[in-house]
Amino acid sequence: MSAVLHPHGHGADHAHDDHHGAPHGWRRWVYATNHKDIGTLYLLFAFTMLIIGGILALGIRAELFKPGLQLVNPELFNQLTTMHGLIMVFGAIMPAFVGFANWMIPLQIGAADMAFARMNNFSFWLMIPAALMLAGSFFMPGGAPAGGWTIYAPLTLQMGPSMDAAIFALHILGASSIMGSINIIVTILNMRAPGMTLMKMPMFVWTWLITAYLLIAVMPVLAGAITMTLTDRHFGTTFFNPAAGGDPVMFQHIFWFFGHPEVYIMILPAFGIISQIVPAFARKKLFGYASMVYATSSIAILSFIVWAHHMYTTGMPVTGQLFFMYATMLISVPTGVKVFNWIATMWKGSMTFETPMLFAVGFIFVFTMGGFTGLILSMAPIDLQLQDGYYVVAHFHYVLVAGSLFSMFAAYYYWSPKWTGVMYNETRGKIHFWWTLISFNVTFFPMHFLGLAGMPRRYADYPMQFADFNALASVGAFAFGIAQVYFFFFVVLPTMRGKGEPAPQRPWEAAEGLEWEVPSPAPFHTFETPPKLNRDATRIVA
Amino acid sequence: MMNNIYKKFEKASIALFALVSTMAWAVNDLPGGPAVRQLNLHPPVTKIAEEQVWLHWFMLIICTVIFVAVFGVMFYSIWKHRKSVGHKAATFHESLKVEIAWTVAPFVIVILMALPATKAVVASKDTSNADITIKATGYQWKWGYDYIKGEGEGIGFISTLDNAQREMSNSGHPEPTDDYLLKVDNPLVVPVDKKVRIITTSNDVIHSFAINSFGIKQDAIPGFVRDTWFRAEKIGDYHGQCQELCGKEHAYMPIHVKVVSAQDYTAWVAEQNKKLAAKQDDPNKVWSMADLMQKGEKVYAANCQACHQANGKGMGPIKPLDGSAVVLNTDKSKQIHVLLNGQNNAMPAWKQLSDSEIAAVISFTKNNWSNKTGQMVQPAEVHAARQ
Repeated sequence: MSAVLHPHGHGADHAHDDHHGAPHGWRRWVYATNHKDIGTLYLLFAFTMLIIGGILALGIRAELFKPGLQLVNPELFNQLTTMHGLIMVFGAIMPAFVGFANWMIPLQIGAADMAFARMNNFSFWLMIPAALMLAGSFFMPGGAPAGGWTIYAPLTLQMGPSMDAAIFALHILGASSIMGSINIIVTILNMRAPGMTLMKMPMFVWTWLITAYLLIAVMPVLAGAITMTLTDRHFGTTFFNPAAGGDPVMFQHIFWFFGHPEVYIMILPAFGIISQIVPAFARKKLFGYASMVYATSSIAILSFIVWAHHMYTTGMPVTGQLFFMYATMLISVPTGVKVFNWIATMWKGSMTFETPMLFAVGFIFVFTMGGFTGLILSMAPIDLQLQDGYYVVAHFHYVLVAGSLFSMFAAYYYWSPKWTGVMYNETRGKIHFWWTLISFNVTFFPMHFLGLAGMPRRYADYPMQFADFNALASVGAFAFGIAQVYFFFFVVLPTMRGKGEPAPQRPWEAAEGLEWEVPSPAPFHTFETPPKLNRDATRIVA
Repeated sequence: MMNNIYKKFEKASIALFALVSTMAWAVNDLPGGPAVRQLNLHPPVTKIAEEQVWLHWFMLIICTVIFVAVFGVMFYSIWKHRKSVGHKAATFHESLKVEIAWTVAPFVIVILMALPATKAVVASKDTSNADITIKATGYQWKWGYDYIKGEGEGIGFISTLDNAQREMSNSGHPEPTDDYLLKVDNPLVVPVDKKVRIITTSNDVIHSFAINSFGIKQDAIPGFVRDTWFRAEKIGDYHGQCQELCGKEHAYMPIHVKVVSAQDYTAWVAEQNKKLAAKQDDPNKVWSMADLMQKGEKVYAANCQACHQANGKGMGPIKPLDGSAVVLNTDKSKQIHVLLNGQNNAMPAWKQLSDSEIAAVISFTKNNWSNKTGQMVQPAEVHAARQ
């Protein structure tokens, strides 16, 4: 009786499940108001977008396999890079974390559901038309937007009608994100079980609380930037159009004022996930819980004052460059604290390395490399060499793929026994981990060298001296892509079908938290009456 | 059986090796440009680039030391503190002292890193007292250079990627070429050991002017003027590429700077000035059809072909010229207007071309492919339309 796929409410142990007359069949999903169902929808949606975005990425890598244009023309190439970025950021990573939040936040704080169940449904289903518009832009006259995911003006003024479709899609996705965030904030602040004080909340809940505030703060800024782009394109305004006195640099300021906090929106929930998995498998409490909360908050606050490090080459005044350089370097301090805390948690623990822990350790190791390249890029003089080159591409894939995506794999392996009621296949999980880790590094490590040697990003063709590393990266990319298909068909699908060892209520010996207080699979309704908690707020006392 | 498998494996690995070695394109390092499988920044030829290379090593070493130390601890812990080796979990989970220590230590390290970086930032921003000032204008998709101040003042030209290389790229099977996608018709020429200030701006969208060996990268922003500088200390050819996504031909607008000795530079300036005088258009000169066609073909290849294609059919959103209503129109002013002012954001304005170049290229398009209008456009007509 899995909570993921099978109709609920047939088990004798949960005979009261159906007292709302919950719908079955397609109605269960379209009218979904249950946080677990909506979480599942979000995750499936995000995985679909991950695959679409991944196919676009493979298109890029196939073209770059060797010098010369063999597969796509430069217009289509630019469309591929643009749509890969937009789809991965707005379609895959952000919704996936919202999916995890939907599933886990109510379970972790002892709430019956999300605060606004119908709004929750609305914020999910809004994403479908947005995604269709975004992905469908390939079939519009002139093809998909080709101005890069950063949609810098005034290049966006030259785009065809698909640019407008993308702008509307981003508006809708933004609205969906804002509703999701409000829902998460209200749920966390108002619906915690008695005894679950703020400083006893699981780290995943904490990081999502902070992330949700970031989202509410910056999504309207993005909406503003793209609305101005839209009116510049069609209604005669000239915010960013230099031909009539507009300021294209202002677009970059506004975009990155959204864009930099956005980076942390995509990584803070990952920090939360890792902060829960490492203690569970080290069989030791998280080291420095309070400092983790403060570090996360400082990262969030600092993220608002570093945006222009994306713009060192626009020609800022010396003082501007210095300010943004110092502020950016400062972010490495709280980030470092987090890494130290994770390692101190592992120190003198009693560790085992099931797949969630492998991905968590993989995350810490590879993400930190991305952190260090970030520190190197933050130095304005070095950035003059590397800005808009492959070093930057390597850097942000180290933090977004090895960071965010790895944490989500870790989270799936960690929590799927609770969702589906069956254990995933451990051998397959380990194969997935090693295959992913190795192919990831084969793909992205050579890009550091390409960047140092001066290969610019978003290039459909390149000087032949860059050929070997590009070929290597392309091979790695295809291996990486296949690993994720393997993950879906050989790990996820069997568990969704309920195939595998039945999962015990506590599949992980030392995992703490209220989600492990309910049976596996988690029944359709949980915590209908607020549970009584022990002193740590980690267990229910009768 | 095993032997058989082994043989197959051997065969496969030979095939794989052959594939890999053909992938190692038969190209050589390009001095002043990328080297084959280059692992680090370009060898610096300016003080600023030298400083950048030093800073990068400095950062890389510090980061590597910290990385090895931190993950040494982690892997030691993974090795020793496993359940499978019978390690029992300790119960500590807090220490204010440790937290303060590992907040303060990175903070101090970061300040140490910031000091040399600050010095380099201030130096790279000082564009005062330049010997020569050159304006670099980004066009979709070429660079325009105008010598504004200092020796060579008044020289100006357009620098475009070699068309043969652009076609090689399209063919999908480019011949091994050391300066593939880096060869231009007119390189920027500057003297060695002189402070050259580059002013950047753009005619359409944002481009970015960059030379790795000089350690400079400056966006060229339409409607804005920005600047950067370099003092090249070694004679030679240095290559860069546009760094900011600027549309479909983004990968095809390289930058080539030729650094020459002071004497060679003076000679080059004299030669340019002579050419300039010779090129000076007499707007009243009446051209013959043959001359217009011959010149027009060249202008077309250098400026129009990348989008409108050699066959004049255009591509994707790019409109065809072959059979175009505007091109065939008996009212010649229509096409002159489009060339001087651009159209629909897609076709840029070409007013930077000379009157005779515009006249020639219009005449060429009006009488090439299936277009047989017999119309001629004279430089005087373009000149009049500019007013």
